[in-house]
Order: sequence, then structure tokens, then C-alpha cells
Amino acid sequence: MSTTETAEKTAQKPAAQNLIVSSSPQIHDRSKTTRIMIDVIIALIPAAVWGVYIFGIPALLTLVLSIVSAVGVEWLLTLGTKPSTVTDGSAFLTGLLIGFNMPPSVPLYIPIVASAFAIAVVKWSFGGLGSNWMNPALAGRVFVFFSWTGAMTRWKLPMAWSAQGVDSVTGPTVLGAVQSGLFDFSGTVSGPLEFISRDGLMPLDVSYADLFFGRVPGCIGEVSALLLIIGAAYLFLRKVITWEIPLTYFGSFALLVWVFGGTRFGLGLFSGDVLFHLLSGGLMLGVLFMATDMVTSPLTPKGMIIFGLGAGFLTFMIRFFGSFPEGVSLAIIVMNVFVPMINRAVKPVRFGTLEQKGKEAAS
Amino acid sequence: MKGLKTFAKGGVHPHDRKELASSEAIQSLRLPEKLIIPLQQHIGAPPTLKVEKEAEVAAGDILAEAGGFVSSPIHAPVGGTIGEMRSIYLPNGAKTQAVELLPAAPEGEEAALNPSSTDAKELIDRIAAMGIVGMGGATFPTHVKYSIPKGSKAEFFIANGVECEPYLTADHRLMLEKSSEIVKGIEIAAEILGPDHVYIAIENNKPDAIEAMSAAAAGASIPIEVVPLKLRYPQGDEKMVIQAITGREVPSGGLPIAVGTVVSNVGTLNAIYEAVELSKPLTHRVVTVSGNGIENPGNYLAPIGTPFSHLIEEAGGTSGNTVKIVAGGPMTGFTVFDPETTPVIKGTSGLLALTAKEIRETQTTSCIRCGRCIRVCPVGLSPTLLYKCVDHNDIDAALEEGLNDCRECGSCGFVCPAHIPLVQGMKLGKRLARRRKEAS
Repeated sequence: MSTTETAEKTAQKPAAQNLIVSSSPQIHDRSKTTRIMIDVIIALIPAAVWGVYIFGIPALLTLVLSIVSAVGVEWLLTLGTKPSTVTDGSAFLTGLLIGFNMPPSVPLYIPIVASAFAIAVVKWSFGGLGSNWMNPALAGRVFVFFSWTGAMTRWKLPMAWSAQGVDSVTGPTVLGAVQSGLFDFSGTVSGPLEFISRDGLMPLDVSYADLFFGRVPGCIGEVSALLLIIGAAYLFLRKVITWEIPLTYFGSFALLVWVFGGTRFGLGLFSGDVLFHLLSGGLMLGVLFMATDMVTSPLTPKGMIIFGLGAGFLTFMIRFFGSFPEGVSLAIIVMNVFVPMINRAVKPVRFGTLEQKGKEAAS
Repeated sequence: MKGLKTFAKGGVHPHDRKELASSEAIQSLRLPEKLIIPLQQHIGAPPTLKVEKEAEVAAGDILAEAGGFVSSPIHAPVGGTIGEMRSIYLPNGAKTQAVELLPAAPEGEEAALNPSSTDAKELIDRIAAMGIVGMGGATFPTHVKYSIPKGSKAEFFIANGVECEPYLTADHRLMLEKSSEIVKGIEIAAEILGPDHVYIAIENNKPDAIEAMSAAAAGASIPIEVVPLKLRYPQGDEKMVIQAITGREVPSGGLPIAVGTVVSNVGTLNAIYEAVELSKPLTHRVVTVSGNGIENPGNYLAPIGTPFSHLIEEAGGTSGNTVKIVAGGPMTGFTVFDPETTPVIKGTSGLLALTAKEIRETQTTSCIRCGRCIRVCPVGLSPTLLYKCVDHNDIDAALEEGLNDCRECGSCGFVCPAHIPLVQGMKLGKRLARRRKEAS
């Protein structure tokens, strides 16, 4: 074809010169990784606001520093790469989740170190977003937990408690109180709430409603089950999370607690206080926002079910038989390690590979 | 609507955008100055050219003869003079030889009525001679499909009017305007195949087509059941529509006949009717011209060989913000880069001008292992894994994971939040596998 002919066409049809050529599909459902990150951040906002409301300015500072540290380290590590991943929201989310997992009045260098460890070691040493095999926020939390166990287990009480006549500024979490109370316990008591009340394990008595609404000591973001559930409902509607992991995680954990949970208080089998365990500690935050992390959970629905069952079992084991009162972080991290194995073992059934009815008919 | 039939797993629900063109009746097209007729329009051996430059041909004359059994002849859509042989790009980007045809002045009705035959062999020969190929897009020669291997039986025949691709309304309009012709085509196919059950599959977003086809089927000489299907992409895919209607899964790597089924697109059935009853070769097809970039979306009866640019002009041209021109539907179609010479071929169901707002082009980011591609894959593959295998040039691993089962329906790429070109990976992987096989 002559060049003049081509030139003539160009003059006639300028639009044709700027056409995009790409492989199918030519349209998209408009989802985007950044949008997913933003959705999770939106879902966490109610719980964050609540944490700052009941624990005050130190909680706010902790949240802000966690985020600044995570985003800052992400920015440093991606200097010169194009396009930078610092704006994709993932580092912000990791930082926010680390803040959620900090005690409210923790020394401020701890969230900074936790975020730096999460981003630099857990996330980027494996290649950044999508390549890490362990949840960065949880790994960051566990790292500082074992580095500064004292500071990480000193709990500032909700500010409102002083108005109710509590003098002390710090105290145990409900799970911590139960755990320490059980060291020299023998006898029978109806359940953990009565146990706390009878032995005065907490400065104030605690009710299910306190646990549900979040009027108890704990990590900044974990205390209000209600607000975390609302956030998760939003994510469910936005199809960011699916039912498999939460349902199987809660389900297996609740079943084990119901069957064996009462034995510690001198009760028989099938008498555990399921509600208390579902609402206390980091379970809501862990199950709804950490175990459901896409990068570090299995790919297939079936794999997710195995993951959830395993995490529920491990959480139960650690909470009831471990030396720490809380087991959610460790349980999820251990299950993270199993994810590649689960992915290899559980694959979808390929179309047309099962025994065919049609074959029988044809033969 | 509950309880409607559909396929078993995966699938997506893209906005169907059919409202742009679904109410536009099929209109004939003003002839372009030049038709550019590619020789390779089907799957199989290329046909051999039978005309020389400056030869005069009449409508329906053979331009190229089938180059073997799995091949198909090409006929002149209109009378005129043969021009240059030239090298052009097909809609799918493949380079091929094409012959130019300069149409003569418009003529009257060309074809004469022939008495219909009832001998299966004769009918198949007629279908072969008239150049009929699958018009749903795959362009597999129909006479090959209808030559059932010994020992197999077509228990089911399905007329595929699903048209699950967004935007496309060509089959929809055909079912409204040519319902009795399609039913006659089905009768011919049934004559050849002798199936026990005959179905017409239509998604329930086309209630008027369901009604029209039901009415036409009621007057047929054989029992034909119109089956409304639940709206879900990629239901029009052969394997999916078979599962939706018969509940059977075509085995991996197998053909529909392995589960006793033959499927033909309703456009193909209309062409079969025209070939057998009117002796009309496949020289024209209905093309939906649509998309927000098209001024007057509609459905056009276009001669094979019509350059895309002509078709777009006839539909009022494109608006300024068109960024993609797509041959076929938006989920499986190909982007066209040379609309001046790339022509309508037998498998061209649509021509879309899409605007930036419609395509949402964005940057690819890292896989976040969300697993959405796996959830939507209708054939149970793990697209993210396959993509990684191909990306690492580990074709063996990709084949092991079922690369060749991929239908390239585009569901995975449609939902990928990281915008990874998953389908491109599948296509590349298949091509690498083929090349390696040829080399060994």
C-alpha cells in the first residue's frame, strides 16, 4: 500500500488514529484494587471513631502514627518505581489495622516499629502488595507484642469508667482477667461474666451489652463488636468479603467453646459461654477484617472454608490452653502459612471432567 | 423470575446495553464502493481462489472453493467486477488475503426458488456448497458439524438464540423478524440430524423473541420447545447452553456430540433455510452496529466484505470520544485497528464504537489473590494461576491446569480488580502451546 494512500486516510479519519487495541474483554465491571482498599478503610471508620471516643487522644495519636509510618515506609521503598503503589491504599489500610491492634496508651514508638516491620519486612521483602504470604498488620502486631510484651499488655481503661468510680487508669481486658483468675481457681461458677464479678477480677462488672457496644478495655479498634459488624456488613454488600471465612471461623470457634468452654468453670460439656467469647477480645476484628484479607487467605470458596475452620480451631486452642489470653492473631498467622498448601490441595472442579451421564447414554 | 434454567457455576452479569439497538429493525445497507472479501472466514483449511482480476461475477457466484472437507466456499454477495488481491487484517488481527469486489449497479431479487430436498446427504452437500459456517462467531463449517461421526447420535438439537454478549441484538432482531425462517432452518437441521428433542434457547431479557419464536415453533412440523433461560453471561457459549438445557457437561476437550447434542446459532439456521429453500449462499449477515460512540445504533443486513468504516458511516458515524472499535461483542470481541480495510466476515455479529466511559481502561496492578476470577470461571479454571504459568513461560503447567478448557469468555478479566489481562494470557498460552506442538 502506498504511503500517499495511507496519508489520505489519516486526513479523512483522524479518529481512527487514536484507537485502543487490546485483548478482550473490552468492558469491565469497574472494580479496582484501590476501591477495595478504600471500602475496607470506610468499613473500619466507625470502630476507629469509637476507639478514639472511649480511649481519648492517645488512641488517636496511635492510629495516626501507625498510618503515617506504614505509608511513609511504603513511599520510601517504592521511590523510583513507576507507578508507585503508595497511593493504592494498601499501606494506609495496613497502618490503620496496626493502630486498631494497639493498646490505647502504648508508647508511640511501638506502632511506628510495628508498621515499619509490617511494610518493610512482611510485605516488601516478598515483593509488595499481593506477594506477601502473611498478613502484614498481624505480623507487625505479633512482632512488637513479643518485643515489648509488657507495654503491649498494659490496657488503658475506657475514660468513662473513672466517672463510675474507678480510680485506676489501667486494668486487664476481660479475657486477661479470666485467664489470670483461672490460675488458682477451683470450684464452680456459671460462666466468665459471673466469674469476673464474683472474684472482682475487673474494676467494674462487665455485661454482654458492654462487650457488644465496646465499653471495655482492649485494643483501640477491637472493642466494639457492633461497629465492626456494621463495617463488615458494608463490605459484604460491596462484595469485598464473602461468607465463607467469617461463617466457618465463627462457627467452628463457637462450637468448640460451647462444647468445652464450660469445663474451666467446673461445669460439664456443652455449657460454654459462646456469646462472651464471640464478643470479647480481638475475635470480631480478626475474623471480619484480618482473616478475610484477600492476599493471605485461600483463593477458592472451599479453601476459605478450610481456612476458617482451621483458624477457629486454633483460636480456641490458644485461648483455652495457651499461655496468652488472646489467640486470634496467632491463629490467623498460622493459617496464613497453610494457605499455599490449601490452594494447591483445593482446586475448583473443572467443567466436563467428572463422570458423564451423556457417556452412558451414548454407549 | 425464579426456576429458570441456566448453567451450573460461575458467570457474570454485565449491563446488557441492548436497549441501544434492540428496537431497531434490520435494515439493508447502501452498498460500499468496494467489498473486501477475505478468503479465510472460517475455522479450517483456506479455500482456493477461483476468479481473476477484472472478471465479471454475478451475485452468488463462487469466488473461492472449499479447500478440503473442513473448509467452506466463499460466494459473491452481489454482482460486480473483481478488483485487486490484497493483504488485510481480519477482525481478530490475523493477516489474510482478500479479494476486492466492485459492485455493479443494484439489481433485483437474484435467487430462484428451488424445491427442497429431504435427503440428509443432499442437504448437507447443499449447506456445504452454500458456504454456511457457524454465525455465532466461531465460524466452524456447519456441514462438518452436521456430519455426525459413526456411533454417535444427536439426541438433542439446540437452536441458540441466547445472544448473551452485551450490546448485540442481531440474533434478537432475526428471531423477531425471521422467526418462521429460523423454524424452517431448524426443521432442515432436524431432517439431517434426526434428534429426539429440539429446543430453542433464549435468555429471558428478550421476552418478545421468546413469544415470536414460540408462535413460530407452534406451527412447525416437529415438536420444538422454546426454553427461556435466566440472564447470565456466558450462557450463549456452546458448552454452557448445553448444560443449561440438557444438564450435561461436554467433556473437557470434547465436542458437543459427545453428550449427544448439536447446537446451531439462530443466524446460522436462517442461513441454512436460505441456502436450502432459496439456494442463497451465505453472502450477507445481520450486524449490530452499536455502542455509545455510534450516532445511530442499529442492525444492518451487510454483505460479507463490507469494510467496517462503511458500516460505521452508514450508522451515522462515530462521535469524537470513541476510543475502541470492537468487532463482535464487548466480552469476546476484537479491537479493530484498521477499520478502512477490515471487513464484515461470516462471523461478525456486531461492530461497536465504545467510548472511554464505557471501557474504563485503567492500569494493571498486582494480583491481590481475591479469587474472583476463580469464582466467575464457568469451566472451573483458576485464571490467576494459569496467567502466572503462562507469564513464567511454563506451558506444561498451564496445560496441566486446563489451559485448553478456557472458553475465552472474558468473565475473569471482566471482574479482575487488578485489571490483569487474564484472557490475553490464556490466548497467548494456547498459541505458545500450539507453536510448540507444531515445532516438535
